Amino acid sequence: MASFLLRRLILAACVALTVLTLAFTLTRLSGDLAISIAGPSATLEDVAVIRRAYGLDRPLPEQFIAWVGRAAVGDFGESYFFKSRVSTLIAERMPITLTLGFVGLGIALVVSIPLGILAAVREGSWIDRLVQLFAMIGQAMPSFWLGLIAMIFFGLQLGWLPVSGTGSWEHFVMPGTVLAFSAIPALTRLTRSGMIQSLASDYIRTARAKGLSRFSILFKHALRNAALPVVSIASVQLGFMLGGSIVIETVFALHGVGFLAWESITKNDFPVVQAVVLVLAVIYVVLTLLADLFNAVLDPRLRR
Amino acid sequence: MSLLEIEGLEVTFGQTAAVRGADFSVARGETHCIVGESGCGKSVTSLAIMGLLARGATRRVRRMEFDGRDISRLSERDMSRLRGHRMAMIFQEPMTSLNPAYTVGSQMAEVRTRHLGGTRQAALDRAAELLGRVGITAPGMRLGQFPHQLSGGLRQRVMIAMALMNDPELLIADEPTTALDVTIQAQILRLLAQLQADLGLALLLITHDLGVVARVAHRVSVMYAGEVVENAATADLFAAPRHPYTRGLLDCLPIPGKVAPGAPLGSIPGMVPKLTPGFSGCGFRSRCSLAHEACAAPVPMRGTAHLFRCVIDA
Repeated sequence: MASFLLRRLILAACVALTVLTLAFTLTRLSGDLAISIAGPSATLEDVAVIRRAYGLDRPLPEQFIAWVGRAAVGDFGESYFFKSRVSTLIAERMPITLTLGFVGLGIALVVSIPLGILAAVREGSWIDRLVQLFAMIGQAMPSFWLGLIAMIFFGLQLGWLPVSGTGSWEHFVMPGTVLAFSAIPALTRLTRSGMIQSLASDYIRTARAKGLSRFSILFKHALRNAALPVVSIASVQLGFMLGGSIVIETVFALHGVGFLAWESITKNDFPVVQAVVLVLAVIYVVLTLLADLFNAVLDPRLRR
Repeated sequence: MSLLEIEGLEVTFGQTAAVRGADFSVARGETHCIVGESGCGKSVTSLAIMGLLARGATRRVRRMEFDGRDISRLSERDMSRLRGHRMAMIFQEPMTSLNPAYTVGSQMAEVRTRHLGGTRQAALDRAAELLGRVGITAPGMRLGQFPHQLSGGLRQRVMIAMALMNDPELLIADEPTTALDVTIQAQILRLLAQLQADLGLALLLITHDLGVVARVAHRVSVMYAGEVVENAATADLFAAPRHPYTRGLLDCLPIPGKVAPGAPLGSIPGMVPKLTPGFSGCGFRSRCSLAHEACAAPVPMRGTAHLFRCVIDA
């Protein structure tokens, strides 16, 4: 288990370093940063001053090492647009994104796992078909559209939930649910197919031959083996919800990290862009690592 | 009275009849072998007794009694109270029959606590004792291991020990040695015979190996095309087979001294018929040299101690 953990950690560090390099290189590839910072009316002298002031005249490797060194201690520099520390900007917005992501994943798991199990147990029945239809419709529905429909119906017509902002827990119900819909179809289908496979296996026949209760057969023996792909995909989905909730954050005017990323990209605020990419990448890497560890707990064969 | 009595067992999968007529009984403390070729319905028969048929299978039975109690109409819940407790089963595939996610000890202990209650520790102690009994060294260490850490032979021993956790009266073993190496096969078979004698188990052993039958069985049922065609004490069956299929089967056995080395092995000409819904009568008639019109009608079992399903007096 110790060597397993060590190998996973080294792998995670390598992935993080790669993303770091990519984030840095790609922002530089988008054009001369000094020109875009200076704006369309700037003179050549202005550009040169800005280039020197931001250290953009230094060789790329030197800039990279300097940036990584500062990033390692949480210093991402200053935003060009917001006139504030990048770390402060991200720290301010992170709680909103995290809340949204965990609410979304929580709703997704609570909906999709029972649905998947139900469909698997009743494979081929009308319940199974209904669940699959639901998953298909969920998959086909774009989240911005679903978000707008939900706002009109639950927010404006029924007046049950606030339409935008972050004032209370109620503000997260609608965006969380809409976000959950991006993960529900895949998770439901994975739970279903995993359970079908598991229930048809020889060890389930053994469990039945042992006279175990239906509960024990379903949840102790079948679900544990069916859960592995669900755990892996759920962690990716959570990563996606944290990093890719730009659309939801924009629709519901939640000023989270996704919204910040979108704003800074349109304004060429590259210290912010770099930092957001890095933070989200690290979150992804950590989530994947956690999923691997959790799977190793579930399946002893993975601990080698 | 026998421990297990089966009369007129039929199992169909959609349009195919897997078992058309299985009649036999297993006495307490007896080893009863069901022998037959692949697809004759012997495994399905054993699963049907345990109530473990896959979805899509339909079971009909005239009479099915366990210890004098009708079990043909038991609910899944009541049946699960018998399974693993008074009747246990081991399977053909030791490599996949244990749950990869739980330790040997945990899988063995749960059978005990489910049916008899008691503490987990008591169940684990019982498991260790049984692992020793089935010839596993260092049982304490094995309890903490996972199935993937054990060889096929060891896993089958674990399955056997697990089946014995609650002192069942009936143990059904469905080709328990087929998936194992030849040397391990002999060991497992010897172990089963030993346990059967020591514990006074009724053992229902499914096999396609007449050599196994000759060595361990007290009584034999021969199955062909979904029917039990002959049912007799082992010595009687080998000495005087009464059904043409059994005779053909025994003629195929290479006997040292009688069959020259290198000589072609015997075979029965023809093919097993397709058991479509309309099929009735003797399944062997298309391959039988003695067949006549009466064979096309359903053939009842005849005889008292040595039963056979044939219209001809042999």
